[in-house]
Amino acid sequence: MTEYSERLLDKPVRQESAGTMRIAWLIIIPLIAVLSQVYVPRFVSFLSYLELPLLITVHFALNRRSPIAAVFYGMSIGLVQDSLSHQPIGMFGIVKTLVGYFAASVSLRFDVENPVVTFILSFFFYFFHQFFYWVLSRALLGEAVNFDVQQTLIFGLLNAAVALPLFRILDKLKVAA
Amino acid sequence: MDFFLSRYRNITVLLVVIVAQLLLIAYQVKSNKDIPLMRVWAVTAVTPVEQVLEVVRSHTWGFVEDYFVLLGVKGENDKLKHENGQLKLENQYLKSELNTADRAQALSVFQAHSQSKTVAARIIGNGTGATSKVVFVDRGSASGVESGMAVVTPDGIVGKVVDAYPTASLVMLITDPTFAAGVVSQKNHVRGTLKGQGHGECLVDYVQNEERVDPGEMFFTSGDDRIFPRGFPVGQVSAVRNGKTFKEIYIAPSGMQGGPEEVLIVLEGVHQEIPEGEMASPGYKILQPPAGTEASGGDASSGTLVTDADRLKDQYKQAGQAQNHVFGEGVPGSKPPDFTKIPGIRAAAPDGVLSASPRPAASAAANAPPPQAPASPNAGNANSTANKSESPKNLSPTADAPKPKPRPTAPILVTDPTDADPDSAPAAPPGPSNNAKPPPAPALPPKPAASRPQTQTNP
Repeated sequence: MTEYSERLLDKPVRQESAGTMRIAWLIIIPLIAVLSQVYVPRFVSFLSYLELPLLITVHFALNRRSPIAAVFYGMSIGLVQDSLSHQPIGMFGIVKTLVGYFAASVSLRFDVENPVVTFILSFFFYFFHQFFYWVLSRALLGEAVNFDVQQTLIFGLLNAAVALPLFRILDKLKVAA
Repeated sequence: MDFFLSRYRNITVLLVVIVAQLLLIAYQVKSNKDIPLMRVWAVTAVTPVEQVLEVVRSHTWGFVEDYFVLLGVKGENDKLKHENGQLKLENQYLKSELNTADRAQALSVFQAHSQSKTVAARIIGNGTGATSKVVFVDRGSASGVESGMAVVTPDGIVGKVVDAYPTASLVMLITDPTFAAGVVSQKNHVRGTLKGQGHGECLVDYVQNEERVDPGEMFFTSGDDRIFPRGFPVGQVSAVRNGKTFKEIYIAPSGMQGGPEEVLIVLEGVHQEIPEGEMASPGYKILQPPAGTEASGGDASSGTLVTDADRLKDQYKQAGQAQNHVFGEGVPGSKPPDFTKIPGIRAAAPDGVLSASPRPAASAAANAPPPQAPASPNAGNANSTANKSESPKNLSPTADAPKPKPRPTAPILVTDPTDADPDSAPAAPPGPSNNAKPPPAPALPPKPAASRPQTQTNP
């Protein structure tokens, strides 16, 4: 085991550099993300597959490195999404709660500032989000929803591609705050 | 317990949150109820912003959209103008091709039905010269074309070949001032010589002024020139007037209308019959006067048909009115009107027998001398008939006659019941006193049959 790998696994290297965002930004940014998901697809239907609230949750969890905060943050964003949908409240909440928890747990062990790691994590969590939502829909609501793996992979790549510049912008906001 | 919670705090919180949400979902699914409070909060938080965004977008995006639309309008307008110009050119080309195809088809049909042997040719150029009207066609001596051959179209003659080259021929159009061809009119068969004038119309020369040619009449080739076979259309008379010696007849060449592009060169001409048109003289057929018009009251100047019987009836009527006599009244044996005052009778009677009386206007018009050139055949017929009927030479007995008839001293009137005034009562039946004392009757001119109008054959 090398020295770098030991540092990567044993010590959270970004703990001291992790900045904090103001509470206002923590509220406004998820709202903008939810709003964009609701409003923008009216004009560009293709962007309905862009899961900005998920990316915001992942960014918060990776940036905060606090599983509990990420759980509540993901749960809040998910519940707002549920409130604006036609489904029972809690579906997105559970999924984003899990995403926030696992993203925060991963950020405690890995250097997530690497763009490649960010891309992979974003892709993975998008796939996980969609898959787990599909599982919950079938298990809890009994909906016969098809899960298109190929389409999910493609949109996962697109979301991961969007996550790279988005995380840069959010990091800028964190520094500015 | 505290150790457990501190060690597994994160996972514990996660499980609590997950379970809570599962319970929330279970409650909603089982009770089929919603949690309106959370939805109200979320919607209240999101929709105002969404409304503001929509207002801003609707007020700004329209300008931006119009701006970008207007940016493309100019380029699109230029593109459309260019496309429109190309379409116009293409349309013009297609129309030209269609006209060419129509003319070619007409030429082919004419060529198939014509008895003459022809070869189709296309006009490929004009000859030089300011006044000359010559063109080149793409058929020459290699195609059997020779000088002096006729050039025609289905509409009429176009010209004649003046020079034949191996690959082309020079054709003199009929509008050329030096062009001449023999022509004959369709209706009156008046022969003349067609001459070009250097412009659109041609002149038919050497037609006597006495010949009759009507405007609109068609002229055909007569075949006399041995260039154009007989029977090809030449043109329609557009104007005709008398000249010093010959008529000036201008015709519009029918073969030159619209500018011919494809023509037929007559290699071996075959004379054809001139199509029968309307006869110049309608013969003996004269239409009945229009219903509602009175033939007795009309005259030549009014345009109503008037026969000699009508004039005679009018004269008798006027004589009766002058003497306050009403035809159809009076008992047999009463005094009849004095018919010796009828002007026609006075002219026919010997001097001193008839008293002079003024002539009616109709009679004066009928006795007027005929004009030098009758304006219409009907008017000429009426004048000639009137002159013939009232000529003293024809009516008065001559001393040289071998057996002169004894003329009565008083005119003898032979009345016809149908000549009575239609407005008056029916005539009284003739009694024996009438036979005993017949009224005087004038010596009538040769009276034509009332049912047979005067006609005149074509000169």
